[in-house]
Amino acid sequence: MGRLILEHTLQGHKGRIWGVAWHPKGNSFASCGEDKAIRVWSLSGNTWSTKTILSDGHKRTIREVQWSPCGEYLASASFDATTAIWSKHECNATLEGHENEVKSVSWSRSGGLLATCSRDKSVWIWEVAGDDEFECAAVLNAHSQDVKRVVWHPKLEILASASYDNTIKMFAESALDSDWDCTATLSSHTSTVWSIDFDADGDRLVSCSDDATLKIWRAYHPGNDAGIATPDKTTVWKCVCTLSGQHSRAIYDVSWCKLTGLIASACGDDGIRIFKETSDSKRDEPTFEMLTAEESAHEQDVNAVEWNPVTAGQLISCSDDGTIKIWKLIE
Amino acid sequence: MPTEIENLNPSVYGKIKERVITANEEDESVADPFDKREIFDLIRNINDPEHPLTLEELHVVQEELISISDKQNKVHINFTPTIPHCSMATLIGLSIRVKLLRSLPPRFKVTVEITPGTHASEFAVNKQLADKERVAAALENKHLAEVINQCISARS
Repeated sequence: MGRLILEHTLQGHKGRIWGVAWHPKGNSFASCGEDKAIRVWSLSGNTWSTKTILSDGHKRTIREVQWSPCGEYLASASFDATTAIWSKHECNATLEGHENEVKSVSWSRSGGLLATCSRDKSVWIWEVAGDDEFECAAVLNAHSQDVKRVVWHPKLEILASASYDNTIKMFAESALDSDWDCTATLSSHTSTVWSIDFDADGDRLVSCSDDATLKIWRAYHPGNDAGIATPDKTTVWKCVCTLSGQHSRAIYDVSWCKLTGLIASACGDDGIRIFKETSDSKRDEPTFEMLTAEESAHEQDVNAVEWNPVTAGQLISCSDDGTIKIWKLIE
Repeated sequence: MPTEIENLNPSVYGKIKERVITANEEDESVADPFDKREIFDLIRNINDPEHPLTLEELHVVQEELISISDKQNKVHINFTPTIPHCSMATLIGLSIRVKLLRSLPPRFKVTVEITPGTHASEFAVNKQLADKERVAAALENKHLAEVINQCISARS
């Protein structure tokens, strides 16, 4: 049995905190929420404190923030239908085009592409053309409902999106006409898919849903040994594991640690749970066990969890209760 | 506010008697968990968006369709639209949700759902009411927030 030790409880935002994101160096992070502000926090000595407050960038709730892989830029997605790009505490650019609330934003591995998604059911891909220049490369209308989350593959230019329509979709640029196409639809959840995250190699994906389950998906490439058919000669994703019974309400976020392989979930029942792949787990039928659970991690819904990209076992979470917590996992 | 009234002649029901407050309830030293009746009192006087009547008078909300577990911080409300195609169902559900969010301590998880089998789009309306992100976005819409506030504020 592992244990989650609470290291720090931080307050600063007024009201619900929707998102937290570690800086790629792991020594600072950003947070955002319904108070329309972004806070950048850093550690000095043994104390985390707000170093900068970015306000006036958005007129409504800020739903998500994400750092570029180089750590120079911060992107923020807002209910005001725009995405802002910040560097050195200034708003460099505002990306407009979505019809209503922007729900999520994600940088590709190279930092050359940015994806956004919205309640308007679309996913947009932007090319980073210069310091403050962004060009829309694609508008993808594959989902039939509100798109909740976009996440880029950790190595390739493949984008995954999760939606209120209960599905996850994969997008890639076609080699023939360099158009962005939907290459796979992952169906199995019975309600809204709130979040997704790839494993370190990008050959597996974890998803979490309003149906109170986590699902593990595996990529089967054309010509795979398992004999999984790939009729369109594109990678097929199959649900190879469903973790049910551990969460009592909607699961709002999931994070797959690239360093340790552990999965953390953020649930509407106030709990944070940690899952570990078992030692006898099989490639095509993996098994995961709950390593530990903090049933009352927060006083209200947990909205986001993220593993520190540098410090193994360090986890950050935020909640409707207006707090951010930093945890240490002891295995 | 709606311009066209969908259900012209809804059935109107009587109101229940005021709650009798017991000595124990007035005693601050006695632990007094929330009960069905208290939850019902919070929502029975919400106004219908179309009629000058309360949700109680239209039997949209009923005490029997409320369940609560104070210990587990759970409140579950079923509401019954007056007609199965009522386009106001989401608005009514939102008003109930907002009223309870504002009145109850934040520890409570509030679920608001249509009484099973009483609305054509029951599933879609329930899903929308359960999506806290969409509820939050809706409440940032000034016009909608005004309409909801009108429904919630008890008539003098």
